[in-house]
Amino acid sequence: MKPTNIGGHDYFHKVVDCQWACPAHTPVPEYIRLIAAGRYSDAYMINWRSNVFPGVLGRVCDRPCEPACRRGRVDKEPVAICRLKRVAADLKEDITGRLPLPANSNGKRIACVGAGPASLTVARDLAVLGYQITVFDNGAAPGGMMRSQIPKFRLPDEVIDEECGYITGLGVETRYNQWVGSLKELLAGDWDAVFVGTGAPKGRDAPIPGRQEAAKHIHIGIDWLANVAFGHTTKIAKRVIVLGGGNTAMDCCRSARRMGGDDVKVIVRSGFEEMKASPWEKEEAIHEGIPILNMRVPKEFRHDNGKLSGVLFEIVRAEYDAKGRRSLIPTGEPDEFHECDEVLVAIGQENAFPWIEKDIGLEFDKWGLPVLNEKTLQSTLPRVFFGGDAALGPKNIITAAAQGHEAAISIDLFCRGKKLDDRPPPEFNLVSQKMGIHEWSYDNQVSEEERKKVPVKALAKTLKDIKLELEMGFDPFMACAEAERCLNCDIETVFTVKTCIECDACVDICPTECITFTRNGEEDDLRDRLKAPARNREQALYVSDTLKTGRVMVKDENICLHCGMCAERCPTGAWDMQKFFMQCAEAGTEAKRT
Amino acid sequence: MTYLAKPKLLRADAPRNAVGYTRRDYEGAISTLCAGCGHDSISAAVVQACFDLDIEPHKVAKLSGIGCSSKTPDYFLGASHGFNTTHGRMPSVLTGAALANRDLIYLGVSGDGDSASIGIAQFAHAMRRGVNMAYICENNGVYGLTKGQFSATADKGSKNKRGVVNSDTPIDLVALSLQLGATFVARSFSGDKEQLVPLIKGALRHRGPAFIDVISPCVTFNNHAGSTKSYDYVREHNEAVNRLDVILPRDKIETSYNPGSLRRVVQHDGSVLLLRKVAVDYDPADRVAAMNYLQERQTLGEIVTGLIYVDSSAEDMHRHLNTVEKPLNQLGDAYLCPGSKALDALNASLR
Repeated sequence: MKPTNIGGHDYFHKVVDCQWACPAHTPVPEYIRLIAAGRYSDAYMINWRSNVFPGVLGRVCDRPCEPACRRGRVDKEPVAICRLKRVAADLKEDITGRLPLPANSNGKRIACVGAGPASLTVARDLAVLGYQITVFDNGAAPGGMMRSQIPKFRLPDEVIDEECGYITGLGVETRYNQWVGSLKELLAGDWDAVFVGTGAPKGRDAPIPGRQEAAKHIHIGIDWLANVAFGHTTKIAKRVIVLGGGNTAMDCCRSARRMGGDDVKVIVRSGFEEMKASPWEKEEAIHEGIPILNMRVPKEFRHDNGKLSGVLFEIVRAEYDAKGRRSLIPTGEPDEFHECDEVLVAIGQENAFPWIEKDIGLEFDKWGLPVLNEKTLQSTLPRVFFGGDAALGPKNIITAAAQGHEAAISIDLFCRGKKLDDRPPPEFNLVSQKMGIHEWSYDNQVSEEERKKVPVKALAKTLKDIKLELEMGFDPFMACAEAERCLNCDIETVFTVKTCIECDACVDICPTECITFTRNGEEDDLRDRLKAPARNREQALYVSDTLKTGRVMVKDENICLHCGMCAERCPTGAWDMQKFFMQCAEAGTEAKRT
Repeated sequence: MTYLAKPKLLRADAPRNAVGYTRRDYEGAISTLCAGCGHDSISAAVVQACFDLDIEPHKVAKLSGIGCSSKTPDYFLGASHGFNTTHGRMPSVLTGAALANRDLIYLGVSGDGDSASIGIAQFAHAMRRGVNMAYICENNGVYGLTKGQFSATADKGSKNKRGVVNSDTPIDLVALSLQLGATFVARSFSGDKEQLVPLIKGALRHRGPAFIDVISPCVTFNNHAGSTKSYDYVREHNEAVNRLDVILPRDKIETSYNPGSLRRVVQHDGSVLLLRKVAVDYDPADRVAAMNYLQERQTLGEIVTGLIYVDSSAEDMHRHLNTVEKPLNQLGDAYLCPGSKALDALNASLR
């Protein structure tokens, strides 16, 4: 293999699994260390820059970082990254003094349609550069789906108010209760660019027999959640069936449980494992006494003159063809009837752009999504940009924030007449953490504690009050213990061929046998020949240049604990522990000239 | 010096041997030797060898004397029996232990000061008595604990860190052990585990005195230009006579080498030493030729490594002394102390 190129930011960024997995590339280990040090405000600001809504995301993020966490590969469970983020948000001091100030106007006007996470991210990134931002939303307050679809027992309004307030406080003009009914009309206004962050507002329906007749008792999940959020709906019948297996279904069933539903069931077409809901959301639903029945396809809404009596289900099993595509085959067992009084349909959501005229040059693809440059998020109408669920289909808040950043960069480049492909690179740094003999600027002792469970309020109490936040968050001691479980993957092991004397000290001390000195070879062959064979091909091999004996140093990055023992044992300093800190570029950063 | 204990987190696919242990289970406390010390590599090689041989840690007794090398038994086989003797006295304590309980595997760990200076008499007598043990000398040619004076194994003409030339003739422990009757004699280098681990395995499975001289660079006092025991010097002058594979009786012998270049030695316990010849046609069964070869090559400035001599049919001390097979601690009081009548009878027989 060729020596690994550790210049640039790509190689070491990938070693920081959590940061790599985060759509907004939040520098996770850095803020976790700050939490361990009790520097909550500093931890919050690092998050704020990258993901804009740390308090919200610390409660309801989809957490792609946690399945990626290296700890999960050497221990039972990954670090509770998401809930540590909440600690930073909960325990911080007043940070208003640290927020950027609105810059003097540069005379450019930007319209953001929708006041959800994507639009607000664009607004924040551009307001501080002097753009005049106007945000339109049909609701009475900012937040978009964070406010309308996520139940309050998971995400209280105060958190949304606070974090949206940091953005609207930057001199952003907001026009609430204003439905934008025509893009054509909007474009006729004097906007330098328009950003569309209107989400995926349409819930998919279940068009099976009985749907029309029993319509009074059948609700679309996201609409029902919005009605609950805004207090229009305050009750539900005793017996409720929730159709669907995503996070919306979980929010529906748990909300129903709090609104008078005694007998709430989730019934889903797919297998339990393939359900789209995050594992922890399923666990929470089950914890609240909600059974999840799988492999059942709804066939008919049974009713008595329009009064719903229950739902009939066909029992199926999954079969996969050679290409891995799933089909649900009826097992032949008799259909199952489940009695209920109301049904919530949470089987997916779709994009809808009834307000965008088809003749203005903005193209849509066959799935009804705008045709975009996926990197710049620019539509076929150069002045119009998309982000969040409205752009590439429904995802999650953290993706919306990440796309908001990208769109803001594009809009800034566009307004300055620059090429949109010439994007500013991330800022990064790599600095030795050596403070003395065997003294590092980070705590390199690996904690052997188990993942801490977030304390919750008594179930009986929370099931009575839909606005009572269930989780209480970590206290400072639990937060510190959990933070110490972080392996500090951003403290990179950096190897220098020139100084290595091949004494094997690093090989002997490595607790997970990551390091091997051997003759070079092709990757497959090398992976097999290491002291501990490197079977996880997702994880890179760090290969050095040729050493004096003709061998190379090969390090399997897979389960390196970043404990620094190789560097402590190295007599010549050929191994060093260096902190890799990277933040994505923000709008306004200049691309490097080469 | 590393202060932290190794984290206990294990890789999920960490291999386990036939007795259910991982390699980590054969480790000891964290080493307090200098970073980069060759001795730590030897400790790692012992760990690997015991793991590979499926040895139960409580079946090993590790004994050592005084010195950097003699500290190392603390850093491997944390679950084994151990004895840190006075300086140079490891061989006699080991002999005593072996006499009392032949069921254990005896691993003597010593250094060039402990074995070639203060304890040379002990070394010599343990070899000539045929004690059943694996004796490892971690040989760095200096007194590291007292700041780098030449030891008795430092080569004549080699320089110390301050540039002083050694004028004394070195003691060659390999030559000595050959002459004194060791039946498994090897030399290796701490920086070459591929060679060292099989040699330790062979020695642990050998019946009779097995001696391995391991050149182990002292990074702090003897790893400079002018030293003949530095990483660079040993790598440049290392002349291996063979490469060893140790095959346990349970394993099938699978080898792709040309039979003419292989030599098989079956040890008393059924384990097989497979010797691959390297470069020269070397016969490790011929003691006199081995001694000559060693002298010849030494004159040329080469460091001969590999399995230099093995006699798999040799008898050990227990046979010579016709000792009881059962360990003394299992014999029972009545047997060990038969009483005054038996003493009277014995005395009478001698009158």
